Amino acid sequence: MNILTTHSIRRRLVFQLSIVAALLSVLFAYSVKVIGENTAQITQDQVLASAATSIADAIRSESGELVVDIPYSAFSMLGALSDDRVFYRIDVGGEAVTGYEDLPVELVPESVGQPSFSSTQYRGAEIRIASVIRPLSTLERSVGAVVSVAQTRSGFNEVTSGVRTIATAVGIAFFATAVVLVLLAAQSAIRPLQDVSTAVERRGPRDLRPVNEKVPSEIAPLVTALNRLMVRFSKALDRSEDFIAEAAHRIRTPMALVQTNAEIALRTTKSTQSRRAIREIIEAAEETSRSARQILDHATVGFRTDHLQRQEVPVTALIEAVLDRLLPVAEMKGIGISFQGPAENLICAGDPVLLESALGNVLDNAIKYSPHDTCVTVSAESDGDWIRISVEDEGTGFPVAEIEGLADRFTRGSNAEGTIGSGLGLTIVSDVLVAHAGQLEIENSKEGEGACVSIILPTS
Amino acid sequence: MRFHHIANLLAVVLIVLARPAQSLDIEAEKHFPAVFDGAELHILSTADLDIFTPIITGFQHDNPEISVHYTVASSLEVFNAVYTDSGRFDLVISSAMDLQTKLVNDGYAQSYDSSQITGLPDWAGWRNQIFAFTMEPAVLLISKVALDGLPVPSNRSDLIRILRENPERFRGKIGTYDIRSSGLGYLFATQDSRSSESFWQLMELMGQLDVRLFCCSSDMIARVESGELAIAYNVLGSYSNAQTSPLEQNVQVVSLTDFSTIMVRTALIPATSKNAAVSGKMIDFLANLDKHPDIIDATGFSSIKGSNLTGGESLNTIKLGPNLLVFLDKLKRLRFIDAWESSIEQH
Repeated sequence: MNILTTHSIRRRLVFQLSIVAALLSVLFAYSVKVIGENTAQITQDQVLASAATSIADAIRSESGELVVDIPYSAFSMLGALSDDRVFYRIDVGGEAVTGYEDLPVELVPESVGQPSFSSTQYRGAEIRIASVIRPLSTLERSVGAVVSVAQTRSGFNEVTSGVRTIATAVGIAFFATAVVLVLLAAQSAIRPLQDVSTAVERRGPRDLRPVNEKVPSEIAPLVTALNRLMVRFSKALDRSEDFIAEAAHRIRTPMALVQTNAEIALRTTKSTQSRRAIREIIEAAEETSRSARQILDHATVGFRTDHLQRQEVPVTALIEAVLDRLLPVAEMKGIGISFQGPAENLICAGDPVLLESALGNVLDNAIKYSPHDTCVTVSAESDGDWIRISVEDEGTGFPVAEIEGLADRFTRGSNAEGTIGSGLGLTIVSDVLVAHAGQLEIENSKEGEGACVSIILPTS
Repeated sequence: MRFHHIANLLAVVLIVLARPAQSLDIEAEKHFPAVFDGAELHILSTADLDIFTPIITGFQHDNPEISVHYTVASSLEVFNAVYTDSGRFDLVISSAMDLQTKLVNDGYAQSYDSSQITGLPDWAGWRNQIFAFTMEPAVLLISKVALDGLPVPSNRSDLIRILRENPERFRGKIGTYDIRSSGLGYLFATQDSRSSESFWQLMELMGQLDVRLFCCSSDMIARVESGELAIAYNVLGSYSNAQTSPLEQNVQVVSLTDFSTIMVRTALIPATSKNAAVSGKMIDFLANLDKHPDIIDATGFSSIKGSNLTGGESLNTIKLGPNLLVFLDKLKRLRFIDAWESSIEQH
């Protein structure tokens, strides 16, 4: 039976958690990158600002003139940080007094002690500029000095590209780890479900006991519902089996009465017409009680195969018991039965009731489908491991094309239409043999007319 | 005083002002033809032709297909030529570390990297665009005749004491660089001033003793040899090594032990050079001068790799980098030269 499935829970879990992990990884890598770049930027800015401040601090007024005396350390600290090129410009009173006078200083700090920073292009390279302002006074005037120090950004770019590489590696590692954990987590989340289905699948076909495995609370309702369904199903099954067995049983007793009375009536009636009618009544009654017995047999087989109890069964005695039971029926139809028993005493392991029922059904079929005045031959032989009991008749045989499906329940050969039957006989035989690890062989006999059905059983 | 001020201003303006490359003031020029036809390498250098010839000969021995055109000019001229270059030169060699650094900083050099230059120490290069290949200390030259029995000073305080105690003997017989006209003299002076206050004491004292100022080391060496000068301060050691060997009896070369400033000669490839691969071969050759002891002997250069300079911590090597831009600042330069002038010309 096909079940309509949506995406598997595991795949859904893995997919959704992986998306979350991917988003987190990107976010994480991005944060590392931003923090790293900011840190690199702040570092460069701070060094530039301290260089600018140290230059500004060295500006002084000497005998009425402003003296700009760049400290050696101002530039050596920039040289220590990276191999970047250095530019500077000093403005006093809004006029460039020294340095690179074309250095594009766009941002001038608004207050003392607050450097301003900007990035721009200069001499074919990207640069970062820090500017500081310092108020100065000579004897005559008060002016503001702006000191700007700039550096190219190769050191900064080197640091940030290193940070980007690290951030990317960290992001990828984070994602890979997360995906592995997600796979494990999904596997472990799904395992109780698999455990339950494995436990249910491993049961025999008639095992309707409730599921007792420990399950997580999420699937407990499902298992509870399943158990309730099984209880209901089991009860319904029991009821219908009881009902069928009861019905079959109840039919058999009145049918036996009908048969007996009909036989008495047959003996006392002279009218040919009446006799034919009574004979038909007897045949119908026979067939009805036979079907009822088969239904009962089937119920018995069903029950006993579920709780198979093996014991040593003497095969010859088994065959003889069956022959004893069916000999009267055969005689009534004018059919002879011959049994060629084996020399040694054959023993097989199994349930005698079931084996008798199986053999009885095979023989019953053979008698039923044999024409008048023919013979049914029963034989038994063993090769040590296997015992083969064959029943051969001289009837019409089986249609070759249908042999495969004959053991299915309620299936009858297409040439059996003239004979009344339920189709249960070979099903019972097959069920018994499956329970005993045996085999059923159905073939047409080699000498032309007739069928040969063999029951093959293991010796132990 | 005023005059000097204006002269200095002019000098500084000349540094910055773009002058056409054609007006380069050449001191010497020589073509070294290749054995085979091949590339041509135009070198612009501050090193004298006869000092550099062994290097070129050695280079052409290894690279016989390269012809070399060697042009000598002063460090300022060299700087200006590159600042306004139209692609005439493939390699620029100068003893003015500061000006070379400014060329790199302002974007006039191109990068070069090879396995041959990896052994150079960290301070001997910057940005893969400027490469130092010699270590040349500033030394004190003393005429033994003029010293006449006085103890040889081994550091600046000794020197100051001797000068103070014997003013008449040394008056008019002390020589040093005129830092206004010599880029190297300016570099030595500024680096000395960073190292010790004794520099200014020395300048004051020399000023009192009528110091004589020179443009070049070779002039001072010649005058110490002839006995015209008793002492020459901050002379380029390599030149004195190369030039004084026949007269060693009279000239004594003293590396001062308190500190001695080390100049490095640097090479760079101008950004406009289209011949950078050939220039790179010369840089590789220069970086490995230590493998050519004959050239070391002939030039008096001390190769950076395998340098045999002694003195350890007192060696004041100048790191290549933006720090060298500080004393190139025009206001800083004006101020320094003002201070120097007022020390030297106080009387």
